[in-house]
Amino acid sequence: MSFLEIKNLNISYLTRKEKIVASKNVEFSLERGEILGIVGESGSGKSTIANAIINLIDPPGEITEGSIKIDNEEICNNEEIIQKARGKKIGFVFQDPQTSLNPLFKIKDQLIETIQTHLKLNYDQALQRSIQLLNEVGIEDAEKRIEDYPHQFSGGMRQRVVIALAISCEPDLIIADEPTTALDVSIQYQILQLLKDLTKKRNLGVIIITHDMGVIAETTNKVIIMRNGVIVEYGLTKDVLTNPKSNEGKSLIISVPPTNKKISRFKLINPEGGEITNDSLNLTNSIIQNWGKRAVTKDKLLEIKNLTKIFDSDSIIKSKKEINSLKALDNVSFNIFEGESFGLVGESGSGKSTIAKIITNLIKPSSGEVFYENISLNQKNNNKIRGQIQMIFQDPYSSLNPRFKVKKIIAEPIKFFQKNLDKKTIENNVNDLIDIVGMTRQSLDRYPHEFSGGQRQRISIARALATRPRLLICDEPTSALDVSIQAQILNLLKDLQEQLNLTILFISHDLPVIRQMCDRIAVLKNGNLCEIENTEILFNNPSHQYTKELINLMPKIETIL
Amino acid sequence: MINKIYDTDIGYSFFNSKIAIISSSIFLIIFLCSFLAEIVAPYDPFDPLNISLMDAFIPPVWSEGGNANFFLGTDQQGRDMFSTMIYGSRISLIVGFSSIIFAMILGVSLGITAGYIGGRYETIVMRLTDVQLTIPSILMALLVDGIARAIISKSMHDEMAIYVLIFAIGISEWPQFARVTRASTLVEKNKEYISASKIIGLSNILIMFKHILPNILRPILVIATIGLALAIITESTLSFLGVGIPPTTPSLGTLIRFGNNFLFSGEWWITFFPAIFLVVLALSINLLGDWMRDALNPKLKKR
Repeated sequence: MSFLEIKNLNISYLTRKEKIVASKNVEFSLERGEILGIVGESGSGKSTIANAIINLIDPPGEITEGSIKIDNEEICNNEEIIQKARGKKIGFVFQDPQTSLNPLFKIKDQLIETIQTHLKLNYDQALQRSIQLLNEVGIEDAEKRIEDYPHQFSGGMRQRVVIALAISCEPDLIIADEPTTALDVSIQYQILQLLKDLTKKRNLGVIIITHDMGVIAETTNKVIIMRNGVIVEYGLTKDVLTNPKSNEGKSLIISVPPTNKKISRFKLINPEGGEITNDSLNLTNSIIQNWGKRAVTKDKLLEIKNLTKIFDSDSIIKSKKEINSLKALDNVSFNIFEGESFGLVGESGSGKSTIAKIITNLIKPSSGEVFYENISLNQKNNNKIRGQIQMIFQDPYSSLNPRFKVKKIIAEPIKFFQKNLDKKTIENNVNDLIDIVGMTRQSLDRYPHEFSGGQRQRISIARALATRPRLLICDEPTSALDVSIQAQILNLLKDLQEQLNLTILFISHDLPVIRQMCDRIAVLKNGNLCEIENTEILFNNPSHQYTKELINLMPKIETIL
Repeated sequence: MINKIYDTDIGYSFFNSKIAIISSSIFLIIFLCSFLAEIVAPYDPFDPLNISLMDAFIPPVWSEGGNANFFLGTDQQGRDMFSTMIYGSRISLIVGFSSIIFAMILGVSLGITAGYIGGRYETIVMRLTDVQLTIPSILMALLVDGIARAIISKSMHDEMAIYVLIFAIGISEWPQFARVTRASTLVEKNKEYISASKIIGLSNILIMFKHILPNILRPILVIATIGLALAIITESTLSFLGVGIPPTTPSLGTLIRFGNNFLFSGEWWITFFPAIFLVVLALSINLLGDWMRDALNPKLKKR
């Protein structure tokens, strides 16, 4: 008998219009000492299963059928048993450590509360146990830190505290729902190591839910691939990753950006399982004819000189200003040449997005200057330059005005920059633009909320291209997207760059993605520029210590192949 | 058409809420009656040819001495109560709508600019709303009304009364709009589509009124609805106090004031019916506003 057994689990959400099936006939089992990964695209029902195990499915969702057994005890739909099991038998680690701890309680109180609820210990014993737990998850100076509030810990430290909470009552099962998605690479590595160690040391069963194939490859023993609530692959991690049988599995694994080599285009799998080979755009009939192709010059297009940005924290006492002010950028300089794609990589808070905002004039630098073709952008800049620098944003759900039709969204910049165009020409331009980003013309008459994230990102690209930019800034354009959609969007960007001779500034925290996209890469840490190097040299032979660390610690899907 | 409306979330919520259906039908009936007063009302209470002092103080039709010609009785001048009420509600609604639109334009434009521009301008505008919110709106309206009366010559008083009233009520209601608009603008302006518009190079005015405004209309609509009921009540209060609409073209408040004099001499209907009418009108608008607030706010949705 397995430790955790799930049989024939059916979960559906009953809405006004339809019944949405979130999981259908899900069956799997887990042994102690095993780590099971669940992967799938967003909306595939990964989290629903985790929530079903601890009976925390939000209404109107309900388990319509099935059984969940831990140590042969039925816990499905049995609130009385599951309430005792939550925290004691089953520990849960949430995605965002910023919100999963109560900000008003000391770490001490949160741990002791949980411990005393489930174990018969007095206060001193519970305190001793809490300190011991914090030591175990690798928090230094635990006796002192236990008196702190959550905001005094960094994101990674907080996630350690959450894990300490999860294992505090010696659970047999830990469910971690995207435990490292909100964390930086180096901390992600530590957290995953910690989970692996605990699994062995305490003989736990662990379920990790993630969309990151690298995490799956490096930590799990078994893996489940889900799609639309159905398990499409289930097996040993090695078998599934090296030799996926289903089309969904193939499509998911083939789209993962390789970390060890640069490929020209991502391979894609069509729904029938065949490889899509000829996916490149054909722009000959479209806007490119009107525009003409830009000459490849390789001249200096953008120069960033000694850029510094200080965000003042709102301190009332002005004399404290210097202590409290945060240097988001510290004397950063680099050049971007026409026609290249330049990558900016760094962890959260490293100042990547700040650079993008300064170039697009959304914020002003504290000192330093940006030159575009030797014209300073810090002056009241004219619209001509504005049109030549455009940007694609991270979050496709907030970057399009929800009250505008797609047609209007794309037409707006065209109208703004070429005021004397007649209606027909504008319409032609809009049609061309929607064609080149690979969407149908019918979509022009719809509103953004009718599209998926990937489609919205395509609309966003069409809008950015509408002014015929020379420099396109992509700020984490695919970090909100699923892997296979990410591959499509990245392919599209590559095609566009080749055919339109665009210069791209690509900002990302995702090293494999940036390796595929960029010719040269700048590494940022806490607002300081660590190094600028050609991609292949940087990845094969990093010179800066921080770069080495980043490249070593990134989860690699290749480790298992 | 109906099916299409029913299909939207807001339409569904509407057709499944008894309160929403009942209150909106009552409001719609009152609204239509008052604007089609010439057709609906049996008499024209402002036409001297129609009024006869002989008909004064006739009680409602079901009580002793009632007259079938005058369903709800007549007042001290012999005017049909039902007709005067319908004509009166027209004045009340005109003042209510106009003043709320005035307050909305003022409050929304100040709020959206304050939220978007920020800095010292925002501080000034928001402190101004804070200061004004400490003064009860009825007092504010009385104050404005008093000042206006001092400025306008006596012969113009009656003509100008309605405009003064609209201005006074509008001025006392705008801070609500400014606050809500500013708060919603602060949320919207940090979204990436606004950054995108800035990068395109659109002017601030264009971004504020073309991009932000349509996205923050929902909360504005909700407070406008609730504000409408408030404006109608404020108008009635002012008229009741004698500083509102002149007796020659009475509003609901003026009617209640007249009737009040006869309340203790037994002619209760002269004040009772306009008062009930006002309560029903204000209540239906308020309930509609409450429903709208719940329906437009996904966080309050019942599971």
